[in-house]
Amino acid sequence: MTPLLALLRKEAYHIRRDRRTLAVVLALPVVQVLLFGSAIRTDVKQARLAIVDQAPDEATLVLRNRFAASDAFRIVEVTPRTSDLDRLFRMGKAQAGVVLPVGFAGDLDDGAGASVLIVVDATDPNIGSVLHAYAEAVIRGFERERPTGRRPVQIAATTRMRFNPTRESSNLFVPGLMAFVLTILATLMTAISLTREKESGTIEALLVSPLRPWSIIVGKVFPYLVIGAVAALLIIVEARLVFHVPLRGSVVLLAAEAVLFILASLALGILVSTRTSSQRVAMMMAMAGTMLPNVLLSGFIFPIESMPLPLQVLAKAVPGQWFVTLARGIMLKGIGLEYLWKETLILGAMAAVLLAASAAAFRPRLE
Amino acid sequence: MRRALYLAHAELLHVVRDRATLMQVLLVPLIQILILANAATFEIRETSLWIVDLDRTSASRALVNRFAASGHFDIVGTTPSLEAANDSLLRGDTTLALVIPDNFEAQLVRTRRSEVELVVNAEKGAAAGIVQSYAATILGTYAAELAGPAPPAPRIDIRHRNRYNATLNYRHYMVPGILVALVTIIGTLLTAQNIAREKEFGTLEQLNVTPITRGQFIAGKLVPFWGLGLVELALGLTLGVLVFGIPVRGSVPLLFGVAALYLLVALGIGLWISTIVDTQQQAMFVVFFIVNIYLLMSGLFTPIDSMEPWAQVLTQLNPVRHFVAISRAILVKGAGLADILQPLSILALFAVVVLTSAVLQYRKRAA
Repeated sequence: MTPLLALLRKEAYHIRRDRRTLAVVLALPVVQVLLFGSAIRTDVKQARLAIVDQAPDEATLVLRNRFAASDAFRIVEVTPRTSDLDRLFRMGKAQAGVVLPVGFAGDLDDGAGASVLIVVDATDPNIGSVLHAYAEAVIRGFERERPTGRRPVQIAATTRMRFNPTRESSNLFVPGLMAFVLTILATLMTAISLTREKESGTIEALLVSPLRPWSIIVGKVFPYLVIGAVAALLIIVEARLVFHVPLRGSVVLLAAEAVLFILASLALGILVSTRTSSQRVAMMMAMAGTMLPNVLLSGFIFPIESMPLPLQVLAKAVPGQWFVTLARGIMLKGIGLEYLWKETLILGAMAAVLLAASAAAFRPRLE
Repeated sequence: MRRALYLAHAELLHVVRDRATLMQVLLVPLIQILILANAATFEIRETSLWIVDLDRTSASRALVNRFAASGHFDIVGTTPSLEAANDSLLRGDTTLALVIPDNFEAQLVRTRRSEVELVVNAEKGAAAGIVQSYAATILGTYAAELAGPAPPAPRIDIRHRNRYNATLNYRHYMVPGILVALVTIIGTLLTAQNIAREKEFGTLEQLNVTPITRGQFIAGKLVPFWGLGLVELALGLTLGVLVFGIPVRGSVPLLFGVAALYLLVALGIGLWISTIVDTQQQAMFVVFFIVNIYLLMSGLFTPIDSMEPWAQVLTQLNPVRHFVAISRAILVKGAGLADILQPLSILALFAVVVLTSAVLQYRKRAA
């Protein structure tokens, strides 16, 4: 046991002495959560609207006011020419345009019906569709203000947003950010720390020492497990204090799941390090193999349901997806193992398999 | 100048000879574009729907059929009680539960107005809002059909037009942004890593005692990476056009001109990072830290307009944001030089400031 302790001490010295890396590693989660908690949002409000009013009259003014008063839009320009829209779109000044026809009030009153054109900048198709719906709602609201002959059939829907009634983006992103930050810390730092010993040749010194291969791994990995756990804790505290993200379930369970996830990530880092002997390659592999999938395939920003089937299957193999599901379940839904046993088992199995694989792959061998 | 060229030549040989770097430059972008373009989408194809039909009349069954036939929903369960639906929501197997009350048909007949409840699993983030709008559309269409064979003509006829992306293809939006991410990662990472490596190996000191001046050294280091960045962009653009059929509506030379300017910023940031670090590990972490923040706050993944106002102001300092906007404007909207003048001048300003301060910093450190 003593050689292991000695190695642990050596790693701790390394980490403590390299203040810059340590600072980055601890600042990373705090700053990222702070920035992204406020920056990563997908709700649309106050969209930039241009109104093409070819011949202003009483009705167009009322409709314009309705747009101005709605929370969804703010009017950036009113112009008489439709041709202006393209310029505004290309410069990014407007996101949507509403074209009101000549003789709008007259058409409405004589019962012939008026025609309104909604043009959106659909470069971002998601925003484009949302803006269509918003603009249409404003116009229909305006239409309803004038009495009609026949009462329409209505099916009113009351919508309940379960688990996140205000649809607060930070509630959803914080669990995802945890997965993201923990991966960077665990996988990347382990991979780099091990390949550095290889690149500088000091791994040979470790190999001829009385240390067994597994204790080299434990000694190398344990400090990062601790750092990872501290980072996870920092994120949870910050999420509670700054963003008031609920933590409805058990903290102990969340911590345990985080440890499972960190173990899986560490094992991935070891695996990466066994496949390469240069820090640069290790980093590229760690990035391509873990960071990208954890951002893209974990359901953290983009819904997994939207992806093509092969990617959905691939997403199932990413530990991050399971951790995000677990963390959201515990934090937002307040559910425990009675609902999450399946995900926990899968994450645990992944951690076990990856650890076993990395221990097997870490053959201390001189080339 | 000759000396700088020699160094540039040496650097180029390094890149071509070193398998790892070549992989980094050629393979990673390929994977990134393929995965990113497919994974980064908010379109929802089929989402899980749980039906709680308390009414069980022909009207309620017809409504359920509308949901089933819409193509957006996959009915995973139908129960006459709420408990099972709630359980499924908690387990996360269901994204939307449609609750039809027991007086649904009776109310429709009597008052022409009825209510249903939509329970959305808001844990699913962006998907929740989209699913809700799909459901609202189905309800609206069904109500209109019930209104009778000759519904009163709406007095305002609303027509829609999606500019620039008529088919609402999300990839046309994402790929031009991903190109920027590629160029940024390659430019910043390679530069920072390369110089940090020379430091770590001590070869930087060797270079310092040669007659090469610092200006020549920096030029010799940066020129190859600058060229690589442009090659990278060409590769990515070709791939985007051939595989994803992204539009190229504006001028390609203009895009490359902007990229040439933008790369000065990216390389300058890499150079600056290399002056504050001692090892490759530190360089990677700092690059990660900065590039992560840059990418996630660039409007590439989530819209800038949705961010908090202070975060929106902050993104003005983010060079990635400006190039993402320009790339989308040129490729998708066919913008010309006049349309992108504002973000372009900001980029030019960045190039001057970043490059100058990086060079100054480099001199001070090395002196």
